[in-house]
Amino acid sequence: MSKKIVVPFGPQHPVLPEPIHLDLVLEDETVVDVVPSIGYIHRGLETLVAKREFTEYVYIAERTCGICSFIHGMTYCQGVEQIMDLEVPARAHYLRTIWSEYSRLHSHLLWLGLFADAMGFENLFMNSWRLREFVLDVLEETTGGRVIQGSCKVGGVRRDISNEKLSAMAADLKGFETELVDLSEVFLHDDSLKSRLVGVGTLSRTDAYDLGAAGPAARGSGVAIDLRKTGYAAYRELRFEPATESAGDCYARCAVRIRELFSSIDLIRQAVEKIPEGEIEVKVKGTPDGEYFSRSEQPRGELVHYLKGNGTKHLVRSRIRTPTLTNVPPLVKMLQGCELADVPVIVLSIDPCIGCMER
Amino acid sequence: MKIEEQPTTVIAVAHLIGKVEQFRKGGYRLVQMNATKVGDEFEINYSFEKDYLFENLRLIISVDTEVPSISGMYWGAFVYENEMHDLFGIAVKGMNIDFNGNFIRTKVRYPFRNPTFQGEGPCQRK
Repeated sequence: MSKKIVVPFGPQHPVLPEPIHLDLVLEDETVVDVVPSIGYIHRGLETLVAKREFTEYVYIAERTCGICSFIHGMTYCQGVEQIMDLEVPARAHYLRTIWSEYSRLHSHLLWLGLFADAMGFENLFMNSWRLREFVLDVLEETTGGRVIQGSCKVGGVRRDISNEKLSAMAADLKGFETELVDLSEVFLHDDSLKSRLVGVGTLSRTDAYDLGAAGPAARGSGVAIDLRKTGYAAYRELRFEPATESAGDCYARCAVRIRELFSSIDLIRQAVEKIPEGEIEVKVKGTPDGEYFSRSEQPRGELVHYLKGNGTKHLVRSRIRTPTLTNVPPLVKMLQGCELADVPVIVLSIDPCIGCMER
Repeated sequence: MKIEEQPTTVIAVAHLIGKVEQFRKGGYRLVQMNATKVGDEFEINYSFEKDYLFENLRLIISVDTEVPSISGMYWGAFVYENEMHDLFGIAVKGMNIDFNGNFIRTKVRYPFRNPTFQGEGPCQRK
């Protein structure tokens, strides 16, 4: 047995846009153990709940993440609405669903680009982000914001989308989908990519479940957990099945995200077809008194906003549990036994969002 | 319309390990753990889920009470337990990976332990 050495990975590393640190314990080139460290950019956003009224805190909630900001805002609003027993109009639920799925498309395409970049496939990176621009343009046209949408509020949504625009959006998805097919062909069938991904960073189904893996990290190992199945927003009226793979390796996690891109397109089409006419918000009266664990399916997995109110206009507690935090223990397991050269790809395969985690 | 029922059971610290073991043996996954300062006490919530059934255990403890770690049953619990320690100063005994206060680096020690909000802020001037 060779001597063990510790190699630090991060907090600054070319593949990491944000800081996370891993102490990799190596025997030759093999990782035998990993100790993760976070906390380099902890912002303490949760404490701002005491300084902003519950209707204003949605702006803070949205800024938890620059990639899935809409879903953060929606999950927060949903939690307050559940505490206050607010009946949000059906049209608002559908609009939230549509924007959520566009957020998922944007997030997964961003990840595909970063993933390709981490493997040195620059052309694929640029093509992924070129396609992502289409999604960002739609978000900007319909909400006014490419990154922070600001379209969700307690009681509904701030903006409507005309039926004509919705039909045009659905029609435009056809060309987008065609390009996506070409892109996914490369990710799923290119030999050089497969050689970097297949059998790398494997997480068994049992480990994924026991360690609390969320999102594509769980579904790539065959754990069919998708919070959209709880039926929040308009999901209870839409048909879909969670995308799962069984291999549990980097390739499987990539394949899950690619299948979810097509699933999101289908969900948007269904929502555009079924969206009812009507109001987009209800008037909010009173203050929240009670608690709720508001859960939703972010692109990276299960998001939990725990909210507790005491009948005043300030909540007592907002606690945001993001999927990246719960994917840290599974990441440790994925890395054990891998080669040092595979560490960047495996870390990226959980789609870490440190800004989210360090809310 | 309620999205889902979320039953919560308040238990004593002495019963925590036994109750968590029941969830583990029942095939539940650990969703999250969190702490809330309520008056002079902490509320700690342990959330579990199986087949989209979401359930919670809750401890209500004084600020100086030590709680046992559940990382022996749910290995991934160390992230939540270290977080509770670093932000609230809650002592957790027996963590499988104990960062000794260095998991989340904060300028102020235990920043969530004593919220200092006294009513200042823009919303108060409306």
